[in-house]
Amino acid sequence: MLNTSQIKKDFPLFTHHPDLVYLDSAATALKTQGVIDAERAYLEEYSTNVMRGLYPLAETATEKFEMTREKMATFIGAKSSSEIIFTSGTTDALNLVSKLLASQIEKGDTLVTTAMEHHSNFLPWKELAKTKSADLHIVSLTKEGMIDRESLKKSIDEHTKIASFSAVSNVLGTINPVKEIIALIRSINPKTLIVIDAAQAVCHMPMSVSDWDADFVAFSGHKMFGPTGTGILYGKYSLLETLPPVNFGGGMVLDSCAEDTLYKESPYCFEAGTPNIGGMIALGSAIDYIENIGLQNIHLHETTLASYAIEKLKETFGEDISIIGPSKKEKRSGIIAFTLANVHPHDIAGILGEQNICVRAGEHCTTPLHHSLRLSATTRLSLSIYNNENDIDKFISVLKEIQAMFLNK
Amino acid sequence: MSLYQDLILDHYRNPRNQGTLKNATHSADAANLSCGDKLHIDIIVKNDIIEEVKFSGSGCAISQSSASLLTEHIRKHTVKQALSLEPKDILDLILVTLSPARLKCGLLSLETVKKALNQEK
Ligand SMILES: Cc1ncc(COP(=O)(O)O)c(C=O)c1O
Repeated sequence: MLNTSQIKKDFPLFTHHPDLVYLDSAATALKTQGVIDAERAYLEEYSTNVMRGLYPLAETATEKFEMTREKMATFIGAKSSSEIIFTSGTTDALNLVSKLLASQIEKGDTLVTTAMEHHSNFLPWKELAKTKSADLHIVSLTKEGMIDRESLKKSIDEHTKIASFSAVSNVLGTINPVKEIIALIRSINPKTLIVIDAAQAVCHMPMSVSDWDADFVAFSGHKMFGPTGTGILYGKYSLLETLPPVNFGGGMVLDSCAEDTLYKESPYCFEAGTPNIGGMIALGSAIDYIENIGLQNIHLHETTLASYAIEKLKETFGEDISIIGPSKKEKRSGIIAFTLANVHPHDIAGILGEQNICVRAGEHCTTPLHHSLRLSATTRLSLSIYNNENDIDKFISVLKEIQAMFLNK
Repeated sequence: MSLYQDLILDHYRNPRNQGTLKNATHSADAANLSCGDKLHIDIIVKNDIIEEVKFSGSGCAISQSSASLLTEHIRKHTVKQALSLEPKDILDLILVTLSPARLKCGLLSLETVKKALNQEK
């Protein structure tokens, strides 16, 4: 396990709230001192625009901004930094890719997604299908909350233009075998473009977009200790170079007066307007921090702690607790959603919150998943590198009080 | 102060006026879609007086206990009195202040009652 008392010192939020038990990192991860310092340094010392300036300060800003692109490319196993498009988050990245691919979709084509998706990886495809009179196929899940291979095979055929699924579910905690699923889709229709929502995978386990052989991958910087308003869309260069831009404005154009406007190359043609410069520079610091700890170590820490939490929950609450998602621990990340008898998740989260324990309750932006599970809401804890067994024990002891309060036990 | 005071827990565990009314003169359903709170209210009005009121539903302790407290409160009141109730009156009934996130749980009962009284069966 990681040395969490040492790690906590890297997150200034714990200086302000020493007793806080933060179990909501899937919503957003806390920020490291390095990330805060980097953003502050940009704002205080060289808060100039990128790309355009010819004076030294603007050159510094541009250089540091581009450094994050380089680091990010290496971090996720991209072949080059021109495959890294800066966005404001996963949602922005998935909307962007749906717009980039829109011109290729015609009536009668199918788009494929799964029943475990976050609204961000569901609604853009639903809307695209609707505007193009295309069909949207939703792959069903097994009882354990895994992508059902048979349903997947049935959903993919020669009409499938795009298939999009998440690497890790933000509710079930399921780690999808991304590489295998991509290979399976390609074996049925090699032309299908494959989009991966990696929001809950990045920074929780080693991953390589090239090894996956994904066409596009989206994720958020703020879930990997970086600032909010930062995100990435990875795209295979061979595809990006064929796609016309969809957002227009400054910074993405070479010749705007030509009859056929001449645009810059990828990734710049996809990044119109002034970006979140300080945020992206700070995200670079988050990458350094994660690499220093090591993704393998992070994964081991979070999954070991998740197993501990699951065992404790079952041992303490027996029949009253129902944990959704895979039962095999190797198939689970550090995300655990549960119900406690008929106690409403908002009451659970409300009382935990009063005791300084942060969890999330509700549908977690996955209404279709909750409908398929016939649950109106769940309570979710999501783990990160600063969590330890002590956090879990505190959480369990308040949950016991809740059980006594509501179930007279 | 915790939101989960004895009054709320008592009304959640032992709800008053739970059930339905076959010969209701006024009924309505309402829900907080984002959190899954659901309420159904049946009311019998005679000569402008709320003679009988019952609720059924599911949801968090705040939404259900406020329905229990509100239905107790409005019985034997006039329709006009019930329709003039404001969010603040609900907070006075449940005796806690609600954060913006929980306000809609507490106010669902009032919304449902007003909806019922504003529409005849
Ligand atoms: C799986 C998944 N996809 C997409 C998102 C959306 O991320 P963001 O709100 O940062 O755009 C989230 C975050 O909640 C998520 O968990």
